[in-house]
Amino acid sequence: MVETFAALSEPNRFRIVELLRSGPRAVSEIGDRLRLKQPQVSQHLRVLKAAGLVDVQPRAQHRLYELRGRRLRQMHDWLDRYRDLWEARFEGLDELVEDLQKREGVKSHGRNDKRK
Amino acid sequence: MDATTRGNERSAGVNKTIVERSSDRELLITRSFNAPPRIVYDAWTKPELLKRWWAPKALGVTLFSCEVDLRVGGRYRYVFGHEEAKAMAFSGTYNEVVPFSRLVYTQIFEPMPEAGEGTITTTFEAQGAKTLVVSRELFPTKEVLEGVLASGMEKGMRATLEQLEELVATLV
Repeated sequence: MVETFAALSEPNRFRIVELLRSGPRAVSEIGDRLRLKQPQVSQHLRVLKAAGLVDVQPRAQHRLYELRGRRLRQMHDWLDRYRDLWEARFEGLDELVEDLQKREGVKSHGRNDKRK
Repeated sequence: MDATTRGNERSAGVNKTIVERSSDRELLITRSFNAPPRIVYDAWTKPELLKRWWAPKALGVTLFSCEVDLRVGGRYRYVFGHEEAKAMAFSGTYNEVVPFSRLVYTQIFEPMPEAGEGTITTTFEAQGAKTLVVSRELFPTKEVLEGVLASGMEKGMRATLEQLEELVATLV
């Protein structure tokens, strides 16, 4: 996944990904649209492919590059997922502190929110 | 039939988890708990209690061992994973220990020592009967932050995310 971030950190590669959001395209078309030379586009596509961000579909005599949506979605909500990890932990922690507090209540009767 | 129907009996006390990226190499995790700082702090620092929450079952992860030497200069080490043979560890040193209030500690993800050391500052603040916990995770570099997040997600969450959502839904 680190390489996914690295792949996207290059501005032209990011532009390619943005362009591919609207659908699969051939190398020549990507070059035309973004005003990049074909070898340059091919090089970027190789990096994006290695990072799992795009796939190649042979169609007729073209090779069409398309986004791999899942990878991109993962990228998009990585922060959400980290939140989910912590939320899952905290659900457990909620139960634990509730439990600890109950036990304490049994021991000392009453609320001891305030320590002396 | 909506969330309120089954949500409400417990959700008067539902506390939201907020994770924000506070800088390119820092994350801020904020959450309240329905207990005083003393209890939350213990749960956060005592190995036998950490084992009960730090590695969520929903993610299929287990905390195999947990050592904590809670004093300035003391070390901690959490060993966790899906299976013991392939366990991974976080470890580090406490730089500040203020009981029930504040911890500052370093953190290394042992499988990636070259990534360097992060610093985590966690504060526990009483708010009425609740405790507000703010944990500030400062990563060595931006790339490490993104890499760690992504790898945690990749290894721990990908397959289990739906299960997790189900579980969370039943817990509300």
